[in-house]
Amino acid sequence: MLKKITEGPAGYMPQSAPSMGVELAPEGQALLYGNIVSEEEAMRDAARALLTRDNPTIFPGPQVLWDWKDDVADKAAAILELASEIPNCKIIPMPDYRPKYPKIDVKAEINPNHPNLTILDNRIKASIFVGVHCHYANLSLRMIRAGTDCYTIALCAYMGHEEAMASIRDLHASTIHKFKEIVIEERNKLGIEWEPTLPPENPSLQKEDHAALSPSDYGEYRSLIMTRKGEHVTEVE
Amino acid sequence: MGLDIYKINPEFKDIMPREIIELEENATWSTKMNKPRGIKELPETKELLEEHSLCAGCPEAAALRYVLSALPKPEDTVIVNSTGCTSLMFPHIALHTVHSLFGNQNAVASGIKRVLEWRFPDTQKDVVVLAGDGATVDIGLDYTLQSFFRQEKITTICFDNEVYANTGGQESGMTAKGQVFKMAPTGKKFDKVPMWELATTSGCHYSINMTASAPKAVAKAVREAILIAREIGPTYINLYTPCILEIGLSANEGLGEMKDQDKDRFASYKHISPEAEAYLKKCKEEGLL
Repeated sequence: MLKKITEGPAGYMPQSAPSMGVELAPEGQALLYGNIVSEEEAMRDAARALLTRDNPTIFPGPQVLWDWKDDVADKAAAILELASEIPNCKIIPMPDYRPKYPKIDVKAEINPNHPNLTILDNRIKASIFVGVHCHYANLSLRMIRAGTDCYTIALCAYMGHEEAMASIRDLHASTIHKFKEIVIEERNKLGIEWEPTLPPENPSLQKEDHAALSPSDYGEYRSLIMTRKGEHVTEVE
Repeated sequence: MGLDIYKINPEFKDIMPREIIELEENATWSTKMNKPRGIKELPETKELLEEHSLCAGCPEAAALRYVLSALPKPEDTVIVNSTGCTSLMFPHIALHTVHSLFGNQNAVASGIKRVLEWRFPDTQKDVVVLAGDGATVDIGLDYTLQSFFRQEKITTICFDNEVYANTGGQESGMTAKGQVFKMAPTGKKFDKVPMWELATTSGCHYSINMTASAPKAVAKAVREAILIAREIGPTYINLYTPCILEIGLSANEGLGEMKDQDKDRFASYKHISPEAEAYLKKCKEEGLL
């Protein structure tokens, strides 16, 4: 199979997948490296990537993280089951699309405006996007292909994504169950022993205790909080 | 829309970041409060502005925090903003925000308000325009005044920093006469546009000119303006938030500058139409203020 879309880094501002001739898969089929294949073939390759590459991670988006629709709970339960079957799998959420400036907590969340930061910091080599709105998924997936060597899997409830290495379309909870079964089959074939274990809890940074903070905690920025009228700061970069 | 969209899926509660959990549990959503929201809750509760990328000590950021803390019903509020320093903050807010083109924010807000009234006839939805002085008074003056003429039920808040700050310091219509900036070296030739008076003449039921030096006063004005806009008609708040970089002040001097201007260019101006005044009285009796 000719791999049209492969893991990056493809370089700054890479050519987009649609302009390279990749078309979305028709109903009932999937995309694998930019080629239209059967859903099972794409799932098997994705499962092998998740089982053999470092730090497999699931990035759930707002459509599954928030309790806004009746069928969300089923999908969420299925995602947790899938995560528990992938050895050492983590879940890093993308709860909203607000840019996290000046600093994102890369261990706790991923952001579509700079997804590469979370992926590079956590050394993630295989990831699943699920429940991210399509326009932000396209943005993130292309950015990840541009700047990282992460294998991306898009589990999309609509038409799929050209920029992902493997893209499954029309996702329901049953599709996730099917993917889970394929992961277990591939895991057994590879001879990996694993007891289903839920991913770890979110390691959010502790809230700053402002009472215990001193100007030295602000490092090179301490001058910003210390200057007084008429004061001359001599030590600058 | 509504508070439902802020409910975390129970399955994923333990993998959500702390800030999002706090947003659900500890933010002052109006349905969880038994009194009107206000700045008093700021220290203990989760703010709707997570963080921002404005300069250290920027009074505009402080003013936005006051405004957000005073929205009567944040979960049912849509904020329309425009190009400028303020547009750097709006993506960080945990509310619905719409970024319009430079200047047409009041036209966009008019459309949103009309659609919301049609789509949610039983729910009170507030539309608040937050833009800088360039968008409100220079480039968008036509749209701003036209929305007042049409008596659109929206609140317009102008963060007046008297300069085009994020493009390097060009003079705006709101710049004071004689003021010199980096890109206005000969000084401004004409007087500051009295936008708050234009708003009154154009049919605003509530028009106020103030600085952001007193948080309580800002919060009160915002609450009053939004309540009047719900029932009576357009309201306007002109809020002085100086650009400390462009006028050569340090990060800790913004408040002092605003306090100085309280007695000068931003000496108190407040206009309330008689029907708006009667409505505010009613709101007070009902405990909305």
